[in-house]
Amino acid sequence: MAAYPAWDEDGARLIVASLSHLEGATLPILHALQDEFGYVDPQAVPLIAETLNLSLADVHGTISFYHDFRTTPPPPRLVKLCRAEACQAVGCETLVEELAREHGIVVDGPGSEGRGAVESVYCLGNCALGPSALVEGELLGRVDADRIAALCGEPR
Amino acid sequence: MSDAIRIHVPIDAAALSVGAEAVAQAILREAQARGVAIELVRNGTRGMLWLEPLVEVETPDGRVGYGPAAAQDVASLFDAGFQAGGAHALRLGRVDELDWMKRQQRLTFARVGLTDPLSLADYRAHDGLRGLERALSLTGAAIVEEVTASGLRGRGGAGFPTGIKWRTVHDARAERKYIVCNADEGDSGTFADRMLMEGDPFLVIEGMAIAAIAVGATKGYIYLRSEYPHAHKTLQRAILRAHHAGMLGPSVLGSGRAFEIEVRLGAGAYICGEETSLLESLEGHRAVVRAKPPIPALAGLFGKPTIVNNVLSFAAVPWILAHGAEAYADYGMGRSRGTLPVQLGGNIRRGGLIELAFGIPLREIIEEMGGGTLSGRPIRAVQVGGPLGAYLTERQLDTPMDYEALAGIRAMLGHGGIVVFDDSVDMARQARFAFEFCARESCGKCTPCRIGATRGVELVDRIIAGVERPKNLAVLRDLNRLMTDASLCAMGGLTPMPVTSALDHFFEDFDRPSRPAPSPLAGEGWGEGSRDTAGLSALLTPTGNDSATPHPAATRPPSPARGEGEPVAERRT
Repeated sequence: MAAYPAWDEDGARLIVASLSHLEGATLPILHALQDEFGYVDPQAVPLIAETLNLSLADVHGTISFYHDFRTTPPPPRLVKLCRAEACQAVGCETLVEELAREHGIVVDGPGSEGRGAVESVYCLGNCALGPSALVEGELLGRVDADRIAALCGEPR
Repeated sequence: MSDAIRIHVPIDAAALSVGAEAVAQAILREAQARGVAIELVRNGTRGMLWLEPLVEVETPDGRVGYGPAAAQDVASLFDAGFQAGGAHALRLGRVDELDWMKRQQRLTFARVGLTDPLSLADYRAHDGLRGLERALSLTGAAIVEEVTASGLRGRGGAGFPTGIKWRTVHDARAERKYIVCNADEGDSGTFADRMLMEGDPFLVIEGMAIAAIAVGATKGYIYLRSEYPHAHKTLQRAILRAHHAGMLGPSVLGSGRAFEIEVRLGAGAYICGEETSLLESLEGHRAVVRAKPPIPALAGLFGKPTIVNNVLSFAAVPWILAHGAEAYADYGMGRSRGTLPVQLGGNIRRGGLIELAFGIPLREIIEEMGGGTLSGRPIRAVQVGGPLGAYLTERQLDTPMDYEALAGIRAMLGHGGIVVFDDSVDMARQARFAFEFCARESCGKCTPCRIGATRGVELVDRIIAGVERPKNLAVLRDLNRLMTDASLCAMGGLTPMPVTSALDHFFEDFDRPSRPAPSPLAGEGWGEGSRDTAGLSALLTPTGNDSATPHPAATRPPSPARGEGEPVAERRT
């Protein structure tokens, strides 16, 4: 499981500075921060705004526009489950219901302490081998509720 | 190691998703334990995804396939002498002799599955770089003319003639121009871009380089969706290698012409597949759609003339340059020239990628190549062209795959994705999802899309719940017309397409005895009540779904304050 260092202003400043020369640097910076810390701390907003000469609103708006960027630390493991049409055709919605009913895992729910969480995504490009999930950069095909629940671990 | 046996195990993400990595490791282990000299090649996928992981062995008679293989099959494969093409329950015979492969006309995907995606030597040995070399001997105008004459139309979905776009950028005067590759393949049911970027990344690079040479651009971006981490890695590595080999850089293939490519990651926003919001995103902003004009070809990225093309459009160009426009235009029908990579997914026995000249009937693809549904139940609905495409009935499957033929039955080809559903599908629920997805992914710039999508979810919920059905159906039809006519881009403008097709062809699903609204877990609207926590807890109780209450929106009376209760179209001025 991915373990991230705690938010650290100096580290963040270095990341921002190292990418600020790029054209349209905001997204690369946000990705780099999230790769490093697991999320984009709200403290990054003034940092990015100042470096790129943008308004706080611009930066905040960009962070909040995109589904990928989180502003709170991630759960110990994040399972991205495809809920788009091709996976619906092979029962991903039944899988979501099973996860809730039999494993107490609510997709896109608040999650529980120490346990992995499941988030909806829409298409992982594995449409002939669904239902699909993406876990820590690994694509999984033909998944079922038991497998997803096992990835999340037991509730504490 | 010259006498080592070459064994291929795909490194494509779809193959990995069903265990290709474990198979590859098992082959290496087993070969070492048995003292068999092998050379393991990690290729792209052939596109026969139901056979993945597909292991191929090079024999004097050609490449022999075994699949779908699991790690625990590997020992028995060695026992059977598979390294010499030996008999085994998984043996498929010569891969290029398989019906699925033989029926295709692979121009763009000619190398995918055959070669090592990151070997530029392999790329060259299989006719790579011939298009770029020819382009470098031509004037920019001549390259554009060649692309125009080929009849190539944008493969992203809109089908705009690529040559015309290129000519506009070519003729524009600016000190800086950009080439942008739209690799934000967000449509469910499509994976051709991913398969190509992972299986033959140099082809995309070559196509972009030809575009750059044609119009005088020096910088290119590939805007890739973040859901594709494997493609990201492969592209990054390929660009690095292309640089080292002088295919990119200050002097492309020694021509003195500079061209650089950078990969940029999206961040989970479907709207970025729309070209102007993609440009906003590349510039670092919220991906809000721009009004056109000005068109990106004149004022695109950072206000400069920009070619924005889909991965498959760029990837078609090297073949056109290498073989000539006429050879490409010989494929296809009517105004749809060349080949189309069709992606077959959803509830299908044999899913995967099929590249064929335009014009093949859907039925041939779904029934003959796809073998019908995975569940074995009858086909009820087929969605063509992604989440904004129409749902077709079994009776409409004789329609040929062609831009105009599909438009003729109020459907669209889009990016060539086909998603098959069996008879367990609830089309009212699919219609609801179309709105729900639009509400989640709308950029929010125009009202028909931003508000209409949320109102659409509520309307379908009420219809499902049996609340004033005739009235709500009339409002739904009006809403569809309004969104189609008044939305700024295809997101809001085409969301009504799946809804209307569901209403037209599957009306019985909207006319059943009233029932609770679909699982509120699926609720993701950003209007009021977007998260129904009461519904969530109902689902968590042991009785589960049976006790779930209807979504509040489903039972609430229409409110004039929310703009409800009268047909939307009547309020238009």
